[in-house]
Amino acid sequence: MNKNPKPSVADKLHVQNCVIFGATSAIAQAVAVLHARQGYTMALIGRNSEKLNQIKANLEVQGAPSVSIHVQDLNDFEQHQPLIQQILQEIGTLDRVLIAQGTLPDQIALQQDYALTEQCIKDNALNTISLCSHIATLLEQQKSGIIAIISSVAGDRGRQSNYIYGACKAMVTTFAAGLRNRLAIANAHVVTIKPGFVDTPMTAHIAKGALWAQPEDVAKDIMTAFEKRKNIVYTPWFWRYIMLIIMHVPEFIFKKLKL
Amino acid sequence: MAQDFAWGRLFQWPQAMNPLTDRNNALPKLESAQQSYLAHGLGRSYGDSCLNKDGLLVSSKQLQQFIAFDPTTGILEAEAGVSLKAILEFAVPRGWFLPVTPGTKYVTLGGAIANDVHGKNHHSAGTFGCHVHSFSLLRSDGEHFQCSPHEHSDFFKATIGGLGLTGFITSAKLALKKITGPWMDVDSFRYTNFDEFCALSTKAAKEYEYTVAWVDALAQGDSLGQGLFLAANHRQLPYSNGTDPYKPTKPKLSIPFEFPNIALNALSIKAFNFAYINQQRVPYKQSVQHFNPYFYPLDGIGTWNKIYGRRGFYQYQCAIPPNKEAMRAIMQTIANASSGSFLTVLKEFGDIQSPGLLSFPLPGFTFALDFPNKGEKTLALLNRLDQMVLDAQGRVYPAKDARMSPDAFAAFFPQWQAFTQFIDPAFSSSFWRRVQPTL
Repeated sequence: MNKNPKPSVADKLHVQNCVIFGATSAIAQAVAVLHARQGYTMALIGRNSEKLNQIKANLEVQGAPSVSIHVQDLNDFEQHQPLIQQILQEIGTLDRVLIAQGTLPDQIALQQDYALTEQCIKDNALNTISLCSHIATLLEQQKSGIIAIISSVAGDRGRQSNYIYGACKAMVTTFAAGLRNRLAIANAHVVTIKPGFVDTPMTAHIAKGALWAQPEDVAKDIMTAFEKRKNIVYTPWFWRYIMLIIMHVPEFIFKKLKL
Repeated sequence: MAQDFAWGRLFQWPQAMNPLTDRNNALPKLESAQQSYLAHGLGRSYGDSCLNKDGLLVSSKQLQQFIAFDPTTGILEAEAGVSLKAILEFAVPRGWFLPVTPGTKYVTLGGAIANDVHGKNHHSAGTFGCHVHSFSLLRSDGEHFQCSPHEHSDFFKATIGGLGLTGFITSAKLALKKITGPWMDVDSFRYTNFDEFCALSTKAAKEYEYTVAWVDALAQGDSLGQGLFLAANHRQLPYSNGTDPYKPTKPKLSIPFEFPNIALNALSIKAFNFAYINQQRVPYKQSVQHFNPYFYPLDGIGTWNKIYGRRGFYQYQCAIPPNKEAMRAIMQTIANASSGSFLTVLKEFGDIQSPGLLSFPLPGFTFALDFPNKGEKTLALLNRLDQMVLDAQGRVYPAKDARMSPDAFAAFFPQWQAFTQFIDPAFSSSFWRRVQPTL
């Protein structure tokens, strides 16, 4: 079994690229910087054009040979296919793709308004699945490429404090596992990233404790996952063991816990 | 777990903090008109100059973008929350270095300007502010001032060393300096008293870019001021091929600071300090060191500030004009008290003038050490030192202070009244309120 195929000469000559959906998120920005420093060509997709332009300048200063930006609301699913085609035409192949868009809605608000629940599912599950469906076909054709999908430890087990967000991430995790299985034969790969608590603008309203990680630390783990074609990555690493425990608490006890 | 907002860990009050999310945004809203703002970076100021009790700290941690770099001039433009560590990671592989660096790289660009930090090359390069070409200052009324020696030059001068009181620095242009590699040629001299230090320092100032001495603060009598004098230059050799210039395989002289945190306590640090000075029995030694252990020995142990326990610690740094007797008297007072930290940093500042209005360095001696917080006893000693510094017409560094009196501040910085006109009406700090004259 060859887990880490050595790059061929052609691979080495080809300037690698990295496409990031949800590029203005804190984790995505940190991942982008690491790629820029290694000389990757970048394509950034996000909603906020001003922020994307700032990030583009940053990545160019830090070493990216070129950075293209695509201002797109990813809730417009119709646009996914043409957007991906357009990016593909610009950069030739898809070497690395990071799916990082998402929201962290207030669970109580979701419980009180189903429309918000549905929106949460679109934001955190369906648009990832839609994007990956289009990208997977391309990777199968080019017989290469890696998609890293940011899921969450929240998807490992439903808890009252965020089970709707968790359910979205569970869908993403299961989808990613299946897609990894499907793409293996085509030499393409899917990494499932499961971050724990990360100190980002998305979590700015939550009090921080000892378990919180910085986006830069998570980005390093994502970088390693790309390089080593890892399958499922808990980041920081200790979340693997926290979730192992949480998943093994019997349901008759778990249902009474305040988690 | 409560977050520490200042490095000395002396003040544990709850502190509100919100980030500025974009350099073009306005400041976050205050809860009431009585509240005030203060910019906050990595919280490496020791005392209360980076705190704002009952006010709002505006964090720069989301301002991490590089904006532009000119590889011909070395001028880097970046957002204020970018750390010196990030600048080094960017610059060193490209053959550039910080023009001036303090003893930690965990400070932000904005913080380095607001405190007009200095380093071991003060005699040859002046302060950090001497290398800042311009910056953008966000005022509480939403206006952005572009400040440089040519534009809003009065705010430029007031903001350099202005302790964050003139507004929020959102981005800055800094002139980096050219280097040929990450290595330092370090010459270390073991010297036996303060006179020898002075002779070494005068001579070394001409031959070395960087000079500093580690002084055994407990030495008395004939040995007063004895220690290790470290003088260094950037090594003028090109990179060797195929190695990552930022990460050394191993520094040649590895400073044994990187032992595990669990082994750290005040006692072991004292033992280490003793070993550090006494490791070198020979009067003169040459070595090649990577810039990381040379400039940032303490960064290797992360939160070393916690070794002083729950009560925290005071750091005291003063600068006095070149008056040997006054310097000797101050060192003698500390040696007699023997409650200070074991190790003292001693350096001679040069006469390069900073543009900063409230800038700390002045030509003469500067001298810094830690004091574990032992309450009144420590405060009484520090007040006595203040008086000696005042008599010598020197000053104490606000970025490290947590206790100087309003009178002492006014005497150290007589220019403070001229400074007040540039303070943003909605900005304040715990330090600033503390040193205001009581009416």
